[in-house]
Amino acid sequence: MTNISFVREKPLPQLPPPITESTTIGWIRKNLFSGWLSTLLTIFSVYFLYICLKDFIPWAYGGNWSAGSIRECLDTNPDVACFSVIGARWRQLLFGFYPYEEYWRPILTFILLFVSVTPILSRRFAKYFWISLIYPGLAVWLLWGGSVWPVFSIYLAFVFSGLGFYIARNQFKLSTGLSLMIAVISLIVFYLFLASPFVSLFKYILPINLVVIESMQFGGFLLSMIIGFSGIAASFPIGILLALGRQSDLPLVKMICVGFIEFIRGVPLITLLFVASVLLNYFLPPGTSFDIIVRVIIMVTIFSAAYMAEVIRGGLAALPVGQHEASAALGLSYWQSQRLIIMPQALKISIPGIVNTFIGLFKDTTLVSIISLMDPVGLASMIRAHRNWNGIYWELYVAVGLMFFVCCFGMSQYSQYLERKLKTDNS
Amino acid sequence: MSSVKLPVEKFKLGMLLGDTRYRSTTVQVIAFIIFVAVVFWLVDNTVKNLALLGKDVDFSFLWMRAGYDINQRLIPYTNDSTHGRAALVGILNTLLVAFIGCIIATIIGVFVGILRLSKNWIVAKLMAVYIEGFRNIPVLLWIVMIFALLTEFTPAPKAFRGANPEASMILFESTAITNRGTYFPNPIWGDGSIYLILTFIISLIAIFFFRRYARTLQEETGKALPKFWISLGLLLIPSIVVYFLSGSPVTLEYPYLKGFNFKDGIYIRNSFIALTLALSLYTSAFIAEIVRSGILAISKGQTEAASSLGLRPGRIMNLIILPQALRVIVPPMISNYLNLTKNSSLAIAVGYMDVRGTLGGITLNQTGRELESMLLLMGFYLCVSLLVSAVINYFNRSFQIKGL
Repeated sequence: MTNISFVREKPLPQLPPPITESTTIGWIRKNLFSGWLSTLLTIFSVYFLYICLKDFIPWAYGGNWSAGSIRECLDTNPDVACFSVIGARWRQLLFGFYPYEEYWRPILTFILLFVSVTPILSRRFAKYFWISLIYPGLAVWLLWGGSVWPVFSIYLAFVFSGLGFYIARNQFKLSTGLSLMIAVISLIVFYLFLASPFVSLFKYILPINLVVIESMQFGGFLLSMIIGFSGIAASFPIGILLALGRQSDLPLVKMICVGFIEFIRGVPLITLLFVASVLLNYFLPPGTSFDIIVRVIIMVTIFSAAYMAEVIRGGLAALPVGQHEASAALGLSYWQSQRLIIMPQALKISIPGIVNTFIGLFKDTTLVSIISLMDPVGLASMIRAHRNWNGIYWELYVAVGLMFFVCCFGMSQYSQYLERKLKTDNS
Repeated sequence: MSSVKLPVEKFKLGMLLGDTRYRSTTVQVIAFIIFVAVVFWLVDNTVKNLALLGKDVDFSFLWMRAGYDINQRLIPYTNDSTHGRAALVGILNTLLVAFIGCIIATIIGVFVGILRLSKNWIVAKLMAVYIEGFRNIPVLLWIVMIFALLTEFTPAPKAFRGANPEASMILFESTAITNRGTYFPNPIWGDGSIYLILTFIISLIAIFFFRRYARTLQEETGKALPKFWISLGLLLIPSIVVYFLSGSPVTLEYPYLKGFNFKDGIYIRNSFIALTLALSLYTSAFIAEIVRSGILAISKGQTEAASSLGLRPGRIMNLIILPQALRVIVPPMISNYLNLTKNSSLAIAVGYMDVRGTLGGITLNQTGRELESMLLLMGFYLCVSLLVSAVINYFNRSFQIKGL
C-alpha cells in the first residue's frame, strides 16, 4: 500500500518579492508608467525638462566668473552666463553702499539676531529674555552708528519708570493703577528733563561712537532684512492687540479694530509706501521729518500688523470655547487667561500663518525699490545701468531670485517643522 | 446697642478700573478718547501743514485738462481729456489686468494643483518645483524678469523685413511677437455678422435648456444622454452653418509690416503682457496650493464610498470630490484674486498705466494734489476689496452645509 498523501515538513525557501513591488523597475512602473495617461505625462515632462535644461545647464555651468565687464564676457564666450557681475558686485547686493570697513557691524547684528531670538523660541533659555529686549536698541546703534548714549537713554528711561513703579508699589503700597500712572509720569519726566543732560554728559565723559551711516547708504539684502525683521517684530504685539480687540465684547474697541484692519488690508502696500514717502509728513507736526527707512518701517509695520491680526484671530477662533470658560471658571482675569491659557494655544495654531505673513512681508520689501530705496531689485536695475554691465539680465535676476528663494523656502520649511514639533493632539 | 452696620458701598475712583461692572465702560471711554485725540491730532497736523504750504483740499483738479497721453486705453481719451477721465482710464486698465489675470491664474492654478496630486512621480515633482519657485520669489522680480524676457529676447519689428527675414510671424503668418508688443489679427465684423452672433446666442440658450432636460430625464428615468458631445454640437454646428450661409461675414485683418512698425491688427503692449503673465503665474502658484489642500481636505472615505458605488475616477472627481472641495477652495481663492488686483499696482515697474500710474502717478505729480489723489486711490482699492469681502461672505453663507 503506497502512501500518496504528502505533507510538507519543511517550509519552502522564501521567494524574493515580485519584481513589480521592490526593485527600481517596479518603482518606475508604478510611479511613471502606470497607465497610458501617466506614460504620456512622463514623456511630456521629460521632454519639457530637456528643453528647459538643454540650454540652461551649459549656460550656467560654464559661466564666466572673472571678466571685468560684459564686453569681456561676450568676447570670451557669448553663450555662457556672465556671473562676473555677481563677483564684482556681490557686496552691493548684500550691503548696498554700506562702507566696506564697517561690514562687521551688519554681520555682527545679524549673528546677534539669532542670539536674541533664542530666549523667545527656546524655553531653556527663557531666563535670558533681557537679551531679546536689549537687542533692538543695540541693532539700531550698530547699524546706524553715532553715539551709544541716545539709544542707551531710551533703555534707561524704561528702567527709570520701572523703578518708579516698583517704589510706588512696594514702598508706598499704592494700587496697581496708580503705580502704573506714576511709571508713565516718570517716563515722561525722564524724557523731558533728564534725557538730554544725561546724553550730553556721557557723550562728554565716555564717548563711545561708531561711524554714522546715512540711511541712503543702506541697501541690498541688508535693507530687506532690516525692514522685514523690524516690521514683523513690531507688528507682532500690535497684531495680537488688534486681534484681541476684534474679538472683544466692547463694541467701540471692536469697531475701531475692524475698521483699521479692513482699511489696511484693502489697500495695496505700494500705496502705503507712497504715503510713507509723500504724505506722512502731512500727518505729523509741522517741521518733523524723519528718516525714510523709519517711515517705511512704520508703514510696513502697520501693514503687516493688520495681516498678523487676522492670522491670530484665526488661531483664536480655532480654540474651543471650553478653554475660555475653563479659564474663567478657574477665576483668572481677562489678561491672565489670555496670557496663560488662550494665547499660548492660539499662537501655536497660528504659527504657519505667522510665518506666511513674514514670508510675504519679506518678499514685499522689494517694493521699496519703487520709492527709490536700494533693495536687491532696485540695485539690480542700478547695476545694469552701469557702463560695464549694461545688457546683463538673467545673471542678476537669477542671483537675487535665488537668494530670496533660499530665505523664503527655508523659512516655510522651518515653519512646517515647527508645526510638526509643536503638535500635541493625537491625530 | 448697636445695630449691624451694613457695608455701604461708596463709589471710589478705583472702582472704575477694579470693578467689572464699570470697567468695560471705562475702557471704552478711554479708547474712544484716545481714538478721537489721535484722529484730531492727525487732522490738525494735516490742516496746519496744508496751511503752511498754502494748499487746500480741493478735488476740482479732476475736471481740469490732464495734458498727458496714456498709451493703453479702453475708452476714448486724449491729452485734452480731464484728470478724472485719466483716472477712469487707469481704473479700467487695472480692472482689465485683474480680470484677465484672474482667469489665467485660475486655469493654471487648478491644473497645477490637481497635477501636483498626480500619482506620476515626475509630474508631481515638477509641479512642486513650479509652485515653490513662484511662491518664494517676489512678484516684483517676476514682473521685471518677464518684461525683460519679452523686450530683450524677442525680435525688433525690423527683423521681420526683407526677403529672408531673421524673424517670422507665427500661427499661419497671423501673429507677430516683437520687442514692442504682440500683434494679433483683428476680426472685422462685416454685414450679416449680426446673424452669426444671434445664432451663437440662440445656441447657448439651447444648450442651457438641453442640459436641463437631460438632467430631468436622468433623474426621472435614469437614462443618461451624452451631454458633452450634444452640447458641443449645439455650440458649433449652427454657428458654422450660418457663417457659411451668410457668406463669411467675419474676416481677419492681419497685421503687416509698414515702415518701422506693424500696422493693423490688435496691438498688445509688452508691459500689459508681462504684468498680466507675471501676476497670473505668481497667483496661480498660490491657487494651486489652495486647490490641492481643498482636495486633500475631503476625507478619503468619500473617494472609497464613491468607488464602491461603482463610479469611475473621473466621475468621482467631478461628482463627489470637487463639489465638496469647492466649499473649502473658493473663499481663499477669492482673496487671492483680491491680492492679484492689489499687486497689479506694481504696474509702475513696467510702465503700464494703471490707476496708480495715472491718478497716483502723473496726475499726482502734475497737480501736486498728493492728499486728494492718494485718498481717491485708496478709496478705489478699498471699494474693490470691500466688494470682494461682501462676495466672500455671501458665498460662505450660502454654501455652508445646512444643519451644522
